[in-house]
Amino acid sequence: MIQLDINGKSVSYDGDPGMPLLWFLRDVAGLTGTKYGCGMALCGACTVHLDGAPIRSCVTPVAAAAGKKVTTIEGVHADKVGHAVQAAWQKLDVVQCGYCQSGQIMSAAALLRSNRKPSDTDIDAAMSGNVCRCATYVRIRAAIHQAAATLATA
Amino acid sequence: MDHIIVNESRRRFLQGAGGLALGIYLGDAFADSAPAVGGEAAAAAFEPNAFLRIGADNSVTVIAKHLEMGQGTYTGLATLVADELDADWSQVKVEAAPADVTRYKNLFMGIQGTGGSTAMANSHEQMRMAGAAARAMLVAAAAQEWKVPADGIVVSKGVLHHASSGRKASFGQLAGSAARQPVPQDVKLKDPQHFTLIGKPAVPRKDSVAKTDGSAVFTQDVRLPGMLVAVVLHPQRFGALPKSVDASKAKAVADVVEVVQFAGNGHYFSGVAVLAKNTWAARNGRDALAVEWDESKAFKLGSAEIMAQYREAAKQPGLIARKDGDVEAALAKPARLIEAEYELPYLAHAAMEPLNCVVELGDGSCRLWNGEQIHTADQGAVAALLGITPDKVSITQVYAGGSFGRRANPHADYVLEAVSIAKAARDKGIKAPVKMVWLREEDTRAGYYRPAFFHRARLALDDHGALVAWHHRIVGQSIAKGTPFEQFMMKDGIDDASVEGLNDMKYAVPNLQVELSTPDNVAVPVQWWRSVGNTHTAFVKETLVDEAAVTAGKDPLAYRRALLAGAPRELGVLELAAAKAGWGKPLKPGQAGEKRGRGIAVHSSFHSYVAQVAEVTVKADGSFKVDRVVCAVDCGLPINPDVIVAQMQGGIGYGLSAALHGAITLEGGVVQQSNFHDYVPLRIEEMPAVEVHIVPSAEKPTGVGEPGTPLIAPALVNAIAAATGKRIRTLPIGGQLGA
Ligand code: FES
Ligand code: FES
Repeated sequence: MIQLDINGKSVSYDGDPGMPLLWFLRDVAGLTGTKYGCGMALCGACTVHLDGAPIRSCVTPVAAAAGKKVTTIEGVHADKVGHAVQAAWQKLDVVQCGYCQSGQIMSAAALLRSNRKPSDTDIDAAMSGNVCRCATYVRIRAAIHQAAATLATA
Repeated sequence: MDHIIVNESRRRFLQGAGGLALGIYLGDAFADSAPAVGGEAAAAAFEPNAFLRIGADNSVTVIAKHLEMGQGTYTGLATLVADELDADWSQVKVEAAPADVTRYKNLFMGIQGTGGSTAMANSHEQMRMAGAAARAMLVAAAAQEWKVPADGIVVSKGVLHHASSGRKASFGQLAGSAARQPVPQDVKLKDPQHFTLIGKPAVPRKDSVAKTDGSAVFTQDVRLPGMLVAVVLHPQRFGALPKSVDASKAKAVADVVEVVQFAGNGHYFSGVAVLAKNTWAARNGRDALAVEWDESKAFKLGSAEIMAQYREAAKQPGLIARKDGDVEAALAKPARLIEAEYELPYLAHAAMEPLNCVVELGDGSCRLWNGEQIHTADQGAVAALLGITPDKVSITQVYAGGSFGRRANPHADYVLEAVSIAKAARDKGIKAPVKMVWLREEDTRAGYYRPAFFHRARLALDDHGALVAWHHRIVGQSIAKGTPFEQFMMKDGIDDASVEGLNDMKYAVPNLQVELSTPDNVAVPVQWWRSVGNTHTAFVKETLVDEAAVTAGKDPLAYRRALLAGAPRELGVLELAAAKAGWGKPLKPGQAGEKRGRGIAVHSSFHSYVAQVAEVTVKADGSFKVDRVVCAVDCGLPINPDVIVAQMQGGIGYGLSAALHGAITLEGGVVQQSNFHDYVPLRIEEMPAVEVHIVPSAEKPTGVGEPGTPLIAPALVNAIAAATGKRIRTLPIGGQLGA
């Protein structure tokens, strides 16, 4: 039996401990905001936070999350950085198809938590693992700056 | 989401217009059906037509007949309705239309479907009329209730107001009595100067919130009670069939429920699917399959052999797609001759959401949940497969995580595959709904690519450098041939999708001949890919004209200007992009060892006009970076300027991804790429700054989903030529500059 903390709720699971956290979240816990894009840590669509750090849930076994705090897109608003990022995304209408955006937001929130005033180069480095086939990259950069500005005045 | 239509006459009206789907519509109580965007759908108090519902709670629900796959259609369709209605943008929600061609056809296609950048172009008037008719009925209701003349009533932001009597009411308050008003036969549309939403910058997307909080439902996210997930194994080679399947190990995986085989019909593939209670178990089961394939009918050529064959074919005349003047005479004694050959690869769409489809079979019926791009064609194909009538195939529309054309498969390939799997499972006694998912590897390898093309061109310049002759041969597979679209897209053996953009070019060249050869022995599955034929024709045309300008010693902008004297809208975007980019002013020099260059391209597709200027920096080691792209677009009346900007940004990124890295290659018939490490997507550090300028226009609105895509490759290659003198004629650019 594995005990998990997902977005502040405790969940227990007694299935395959090797199941990637991604599929546990989506198929077992019913949290479908976290997306599958590649399954090989190549696209970032599955990014969630594990004890605050961004990880690719498609290559992280659910057992590795035991006893740790998992935050997904459904829970990211609870934290002021996550909330600022979501608000900036909405203000600038970053999304197109939207499929990559949960992962983008999770990566952006993690970046801003460690770097409150990232440069374009910092953003490119932190966000390079998150693919957007709709190429919303121009707005992703702008929205991260926008969220940084909001947090600076908050 | 039960919709109760309280008005009987309206109900009859709707039944008359599309009786069949109404049953689905009214009885739509599935937990997983597409939610209205921007809030819960409310009971309709007023449903004046198929595109609009107004609730007593003041909600205005716009019914979107087109798929939202990122291109902003939900926002666009809602903007058109809401502006004529004078609704407040915050009260407007969007809900996907059911599959019902009688009410929801694409007026350009005659079937229900989304594609060819037609969503706004085909429906702008229809949507405005829908809003205007509802507004007239609300006004009539107020006039009747308040006993005042209708022309004294003002509507603004969802509120009706009569100044002299001081009466005021919201849409919701009047909805019930508006529903009793006669539907007006004739409605007057707004004078554009009174637009409140159309053309305005601050009209937020309707799908932004759901797509930033994890609540947006894509096909991949549909969960139904008891549903099984089917992970698919396709053969390595197109056209192979399963000979023997050993499923014992797969069935031993915990949570695997069943293994089924499905047969291809020549257009969609055969394969094996593992059905399980979750995706991970299905995937593990798939990996444990032992399948032997019959490859006797499989396609076994490689990309190099295909290209070699095309190169030979280009030495022979093809079918004539355009003939002006006499190219051979003009080419006999040119002052200067340019001869060039181009190789362009297969491209995968590689949408972020790999292909998938949810199927629930009933007795004599089928229900699909899908990011649905061509409802009518898919309904027909599924019905034929199941031996039922198309009206028994219902579709719940959900968001598509990209498509770029892939979800509009002319053979309904992945939809038929999902239905075949569900049918095979049902034959084994499994009645549960099935979600078929392709893992990224299947999505990359299982075909339907932008066709590979070979081009050969000869251009003649006269003593003054003027372009006097252009002879062009194109070799590549047809998209339309053998599909239901053949009758519309092919004429005299020529698939328009192979030659568009070249055979209809606007450059005034007195002697112009375009020929096409279509191979009949290449069985790689091909399909439209964002901007279709323009993906290759714009590249070749715009790099060739550039080369002609340079050969003539002329400025590439001035050279194009002269050739486009009779094409005012092409000229308009060309001049705008050039002016905003500072064309003619020297570029800021790079650092030591770096070379910088600027390139321009102009092209029209889907009745929209785009020009782009790209600036590039090439380092001494041959690595390079696109620094900035300036884009001008004329798409007629701009409906949502910010969506237009987004589509240009995205189109440039999508085109740049292909120009830099995109190639599907085959060896012995086997696709060599599988995931994002070898089918490399554009990443954020490669994305240039993009500036978009929209031409103000009162012309009919045209599309923006595709026309931004085809210009970045030629603009970039022209910039590289300006910086280094090197002409790139094979895509992707990859390491051709030495890096
Ligand atoms: S799905 Fe995990 S990185 Fe792509
Ligand atoms: S918004 Fe479509 S993939 Fe990023």
